[in-house]
Amino acid sequence: MMYPEYQNIFTQVQVQGTPEMGMDDAGNNMMEERVGKPFFNTLAGLFGNGQIGPYYWGWTSMVAFGTGLAWFFIVGFNMLAQVGWSIPQFIRQLFWLALEPPSPEYGLTMPPLNDGGWYIIASFFLLISVMTWLLRAYLLAEQHKMGKHIFWGFAAAVWLFLVLGLFRPILMGSWSEAVPYGIFPHLDWTTAFSIRYGNLYYNPFHCLSIVFLYGSVLLFCMHGGTILAVTRYGGDRELEQIYDRGTATERAALFWRWTMGFNATMEGIHRWAWWFAVLTPITGGIGILLTGTVVDNWFIWAQEHNFAPIYDGSYGYADYGSYEAFIGKEN
Amino acid sequence: MLPKWFDKWNKDNPTNIFGPAILVGVAGGAIFAAAMVVAWGNPAQTASLQTGPRGTGMSVPEFNVVRTLPDPTIEDYYTEEPYVPEGGEELAGDIYENVQVLGALTDDNFNRVMAAMTQWVSPEEGCAYCHGDGDLETYGEDTLYTKVVARRMIEMTQNINENWDGHVNAEKQVGVNCYTCHRGENVPSEIWFKISPVNASAEGWTANQNRATSLSQSTSLPSDALEKYLLDGETIAVHSLESRETGVPGGEDYASIQDAERTYSLMNYFANSLGVNCVFCHNSRAFYDGSQVTPQWSTASLGILMVQELNNDYLVPLAETYPEERLGPIYADAPKAACKTCHKGYQQPMQGMNVIADWPELATTETPVYE
Repeated sequence: MMYPEYQNIFTQVQVQGTPEMGMDDAGNNMMEERVGKPFFNTLAGLFGNGQIGPYYWGWTSMVAFGTGLAWFFIVGFNMLAQVGWSIPQFIRQLFWLALEPPSPEYGLTMPPLNDGGWYIIASFFLLISVMTWLLRAYLLAEQHKMGKHIFWGFAAAVWLFLVLGLFRPILMGSWSEAVPYGIFPHLDWTTAFSIRYGNLYYNPFHCLSIVFLYGSVLLFCMHGGTILAVTRYGGDRELEQIYDRGTATERAALFWRWTMGFNATMEGIHRWAWWFAVLTPITGGIGILLTGTVVDNWFIWAQEHNFAPIYDGSYGYADYGSYEAFIGKEN
Repeated sequence: MLPKWFDKWNKDNPTNIFGPAILVGVAGGAIFAAAMVVAWGNPAQTASLQTGPRGTGMSVPEFNVVRTLPDPTIEDYYTEEPYVPEGGEELAGDIYENVQVLGALTDDNFNRVMAAMTQWVSPEEGCAYCHGDGDLETYGEDTLYTKVVARRMIEMTQNINENWDGHVNAEKQVGVNCYTCHRGENVPSEIWFKISPVNASAEGWTANQNRATSLSQSTSLPSDALEKYLLDGETIAVHSLESRETGVPGGEDYASIQDAERTYSLMNYFANSLGVNCVFCHNSRAFYDGSQVTPQWSTASLGILMVQELNNDYLVPLAETYPEERLGPIYADAPKAACKTCHKGYQQPMQGMNVIADWPELATTETPVYE
């Protein structure tokens, strides 16, 4: 008799045998679209399922990969052109380089290729890629006769993506408002966006998005911790516990009820987590969409709505100390 | 290599020593580090200069190990008190030929200023750096570019001390003289040249940013901030001053995100030049709000106007005077000044040392007042 030990961050028991190929339903050719010879990887098995492949190819995947690679290479070759086709400079400046949206003077017209035109073309490919991948999530769920929860979850993220790169630039009347494709440059955009529009922290939808983001992290940790803690009673078999509640569920529920007076159910905890995760980009997207279109300065807006606090005290270091004392020249 | 009995004993007594060794090593290292921090104190202690009301988080922190270090260039600073004229002395303009700016000085003070300038700007080369290798009789000639530039720089220094008193003497009398920028070097450090566009095969905003350059402070922000704001005088402010307003990005009175990035680039330069952070001048929750800025914001604003004047009226027009090797590497433009050319990373140049009290000749464009 083997006694699996679950009290660990790694999965210590993994099954490796004949690879699972999946069903081949009557009347379709799904088996033909699964590609790759399956194999087992022990390292992968420490974290998830040890079986790698087969992969469901399908037309959605082909379109998504094709257009995604087109986006990737347009961005990459633009970066390479910007450093004069120098590979060492490309590697050295990689995190600084970007494919930028058009300059503001072009509005919503098609700009020259070297001033945002490539950005528009790349974005078009990215749009097709992301939307096809979204469709793929729907079709795969349908083929498995699953609910469409993952599709809707990804759709929430796609909503934020569309707000940033499509809806808001159109409402603002300029593609220049879109986010650059680059490591540091997209972070610059984020900072500049907040500063330009009077501090995004005073945008209530930004507040909500942060609440849901941090809430998602907290719920994920609470749920993961709870299930790992009751796996010794079979708690990791969550579906069975939902329709046939056992001591694992009882203990987990009692733990939280006695901790905070209220607890989720074995099924309900997943609803909480799903809604928190989905609402993060939904509320964030609303906040972005309102910025510059409806509200141009969130701090002033917050003052008008009486929730920006006023601090007493003077500005400038002279009332709190002196430069000379700070650098140790006098007391 | 090892004795046979040792190898045999090891073979007969297989033991996993790695587990205990790692445990002892990690635990022992942690205990040692903790003991050292307790015994010697935290090496990364900081002190903060509060710059705004409690609750706003406004403070400038600095590591103690560098906070109290004196600016190393202070040690080499040369100064000498003036000789107060008693009246009736012959003036430099009458004694020497071609004295255009300092002609109203007495002979003693004129030579005092000349000697100091040598110490401040060309301690290695001496008088010859501007006056050439000829005899004293040739010192009136304007054959070397260095002398022509130096004359203009004296005028600039006088202008700064006289007309930009609100900036250079904002907290207390500090002033500027040649050493404020030069620090014993022929060419001051932290000068700048035009470098944008920095990207090939691109136009517009794509071309002037996303490269780690000296003018972008190694960020991916635009590299043309100094050029646009401290030379061309473009508008730095980017905020909407109403909660709602109409406008298309980049249009009249409606700044784009790219404008905000360029302003951010300039502000980043400011902070690095003075060794401070955003909240030395601003309350970062509302950068634009004039009722939430510190007095240092006003000083810095004057500094912006001052630098624009220095670049446009004094430094750029000297482009034709300089030899090729003094001009910019890309556009052969004249070297230009900005915050860091004087401040060198300190809130006040040379940590607030008064460099004008001894030099009334450099404090005014008119006849100096000796006291």
